[in-house]
Amino acid sequence: MAEAAVTAHGDHGAHAHHHPDLQHHFDTLEQQHEAATLGMWMFLITEVLFFGGLFLAYMLYRVWYPEAWAEGSYQLNLTLGTVNTVVLIGSSLTMALAVRSAQTGLRRGTVVWLILTMLLGLVFLIIKYFEYAEKFTHHHVPGSNFAFPGPHAPQVQIYFSLYFLMTGLHATHMLIGFGLLSVIAWMAHRGRFSPEWYTPVEMSGLYWHFVDIVWIFLFPLLYLVDRAHVPG
Amino acid sequence: MAGHLAPKSLYYSIFGALMVLTIATVEVATHNFGALNFPVAIGIAITKATLVILFFMHAKYSSKLTKLFVGTAFFFLSILLGLTMTDYFSRGLDTYPGGAGGAGYSVRQPRPPAVLKVDEGESHEGGAEGKSEGGAEPAH
Repeated sequence: MAEAAVTAHGDHGAHAHHHPDLQHHFDTLEQQHEAATLGMWMFLITEVLFFGGLFLAYMLYRVWYPEAWAEGSYQLNLTLGTVNTVVLIGSSLTMALAVRSAQTGLRRGTVVWLILTMLLGLVFLIIKYFEYAEKFTHHHVPGSNFAFPGPHAPQVQIYFSLYFLMTGLHATHMLIGFGLLSVIAWMAHRGRFSPEWYTPVEMSGLYWHFVDIVWIFLFPLLYLVDRAHVPG
Repeated sequence: MAGHLAPKSLYYSIFGALMVLTIATVEVATHNFGALNFPVAIGIAITKATLVILFFMHAKYSSKLTKLFVGTAFFFLSILLGLTMTDYFSRGLDTYPGGAGGAGYSVRQPRPPAVLKVDEGESHEGGAEGKSEGGAEPAH
């Protein structure tokens, strides 16, 4: 693909001779973009329901074992959780700005914002690593080494099972997103995108924001809602 | 062709709003509002998610069909969560001992599985199955 004129704004003479990124089964780039957006959202719907099942399990056990939920969530590190929330929302901002740079044809800007997004994602995962490590040293990881004082230990173990399952699945999505963005950043660096065609940037952006939204719900549910309910 | 191009300042304001809401939800969580903690936290989370979907994910500037897809995700999610929870919340209704006398209380706490009863006693490993009422079986 000769993509020499990446930064060319506006007046490409035409959709008359067809754009190299327009696939033959689409009439226009707009139609192609619309199809991609719908397809991406269809995938995200399945992701919402994928996580939805876990949220359902969480809500049901929470009404069954309120004391255990309070004790369990009190064990989580509120500071690290809050910092991670800020970091992840920050990475959504840089992702949105990366898409905006791609829309305006700023190649360098796109690459820089994408790399910043990946770095913030990495910071999130590193902090998550330290949180997990803390759980291992305190025997809060479900399994044969699980130990918890008080009468609700078995139920707190259910809480921590869901904690690890949900945050682990979320972290897996972050890793996938990280891989996705590194490919997109490379493509952007190579000048593959233009204001006419930047669909991969926007689609991976949708994915990244979705992962952010999952965390926006995980954070209050796991760290916050039952925190103040610990007796004593 | 580029879709709607939002000004940079919009993204920064949305980020600012998300930060304010994050601080608010953390602050609220340090106080015990009883049953209100949950709806407040979820309300803030839904607001934050809506901001992300509308502006960061460009749903506000998308076609009607795309908006319908976005709504579909939450429609199915509400079926999953809503119908399941109505089932669990209503399980005690017909068998409530007070019968019609309990009519004012239409919502009961869903009952946990029998396992919990075992833990109310002192030990569930040692004494075999001595004092269990109604055959609660020790698990976990």
